[in-house]
Amino acid sequence: MEKTVPIKTLKEYARNKTIDLSDQTIQKKNKLTVFFNNVADVVIFIVDIIKNTFRRGFEFKEFLKQCFLTGNKSLALISITGIVIGLVLTIQSRPILIKFGAVTMLPGMVAVSLIREMGPVITALICAGKIGSSIGAELGSMRVTEQIDAMEVSSTNPIKFLVVPRVLATTLMIPLLILYADALGILGSWIGANIKGDVSFVLFIAQAFGKVEFIDYIPAIIKSFFFGAVIGLVGCYKGFNAGRGTESVGIAANSSVVMASLLVIIVDLIAVQITDML
Amino acid sequence: MIKSDKKNSETVINIDNLNKKFGTLEVLKDVSLQLFKGENLVVLGKSGTGKSVLIKCIVRLLDSNSGKINVLGEEVNSLKKHQIHELRKKIGFLFQGGALYDSMTVRQNLEFPLRRIRADLSEKEIDDKVKEVLENVGLPDAINKIPSELSGGMRKRISLARTIIVDPSIMLYDEPTTGLDPITSHEISMLINEIQKKYKTSSIIITHDIECVRTVANRIVMLKEGLIYKEGNLHDFENSSDELIHSFFKNQNSKTTKNI
Repeated sequence: MEKTVPIKTLKEYARNKTIDLSDQTIQKKNKLTVFFNNVADVVIFIVDIIKNTFRRGFEFKEFLKQCFLTGNKSLALISITGIVIGLVLTIQSRPILIKFGAVTMLPGMVAVSLIREMGPVITALICAGKIGSSIGAELGSMRVTEQIDAMEVSSTNPIKFLVVPRVLATTLMIPLLILYADALGILGSWIGANIKGDVSFVLFIAQAFGKVEFIDYIPAIIKSFFFGAVIGLVGCYKGFNAGRGTESVGIAANSSVVMASLLVIIVDLIAVQITDML
Repeated sequence: MIKSDKKNSETVINIDNLNKKFGTLEVLKDVSLQLFKGENLVVLGKSGTGKSVLIKCIVRLLDSNSGKINVLGEEVNSLKKHQIHELRKKIGFLFQGGALYDSMTVRQNLEFPLRRIRADLSEKEIDDKVKEVLENVGLPDAINKIPSELSGGMRKRISLARTIIVDPSIMLYDEPTTGLDPITSHEISMLINEIQKKYKTSSIIITHDIECVRTVANRIVMLKEGLIYKEGNLHDFENSSDELIHSFFKNQNSKTTKNI
């Protein structure tokens, strides 16, 4: 008969047993600890932002200022990007559509691809570069020069004053910039169509929006808000947690762009999967 | 230099066996000290001895590992977030680099703590207060400038104005004269004395500038490797036979002579 060992004895055995871990195992354990600490940090940061968003004394002036900086100051870049996407999309696809005798499908095809995918993703990636890096660098430099500490000793919650307005501004303004880029993309497409052919603006718009259905707008708009939130959150997190030296400002700006761009693509992938299931 | 009567004064800061570690590095080891009402206490020591860490623990910008910090009768380490915000309203902190908000003008920098800490003030009172502190630091014309337009000494003065604008009862100065020329350093040291007189503040001044020590110190504490090495007044330190203290004062003396 097999001998059974009581659970109590096993626990005692495990408690008293000293295990020799190799250096490699210890390193792996340390890396894992750092990873989980970082995840916990991010979660605490997000919870702190949510709490401070709904607390009394919302920094409305700062929010408006950030909306201006995020939205208005990105208009030129987004305008050029929007027109160029539409233009390139049209110039590239027109010859193929002519081959299949489907050139009348061009406005609809461009509109659907711009509204559903190209507009949101490319605009978000441009914003991750421009807005994400600027938030990361600004907050990083404030951390390095002790301005965030100065704010804390002035009895001001820096999450409430610096982070909440920036995250809300990007969450609100980036979807607007995306809609603006979509509109300019369609305009660019019309310009592209008129370079080689001749089509009136009214007819082009009628053909374009004739092919776009209500269901095309909803997922695109919803994911745009997530793109905005992700860009603001990453920029603020990286800047707020920058190290102490001046090189930390560069690292914060750089890692904000890299992380925000990566997360935009991941969010897009998830959004596409969810839309596909619906 | 203003003399403080240690025996008759009440304690505004009482630090008891304070320990602070960064990873395995022990920065402060069982530090105990008191700040008495109305005095200027200078904390002296070489770079990296934990001087700045000490005052950051007092306002809980850094959490200590063990020990007690009592500020104006409140146990700092046991306070909740909103309570520590309340306590910070009574403490002024001058940062080493000034820490002026780059995106704001001098006026906005000065109004920033005032609007948050003294929410009861009217627009006119805020304006008067801004002008008053700028007069006190000798820079009334800098009101509409932005920090990047100011020199190092001017930034320190504006930063000092931003700190005193809320009438703190305790001032913590983190190396107020570092990076400044001897004349500007002396002006800042004199300003510290004027602030002590005018606003009746109790101050801890972190420095390794002996000229500043001579101008402002009522009492001196020297830190070495996170431990309190010596405590006394300026006379005790200048006449000390201890090699470290002697070399500290002697080197600084020769440096000052060279600068002049």
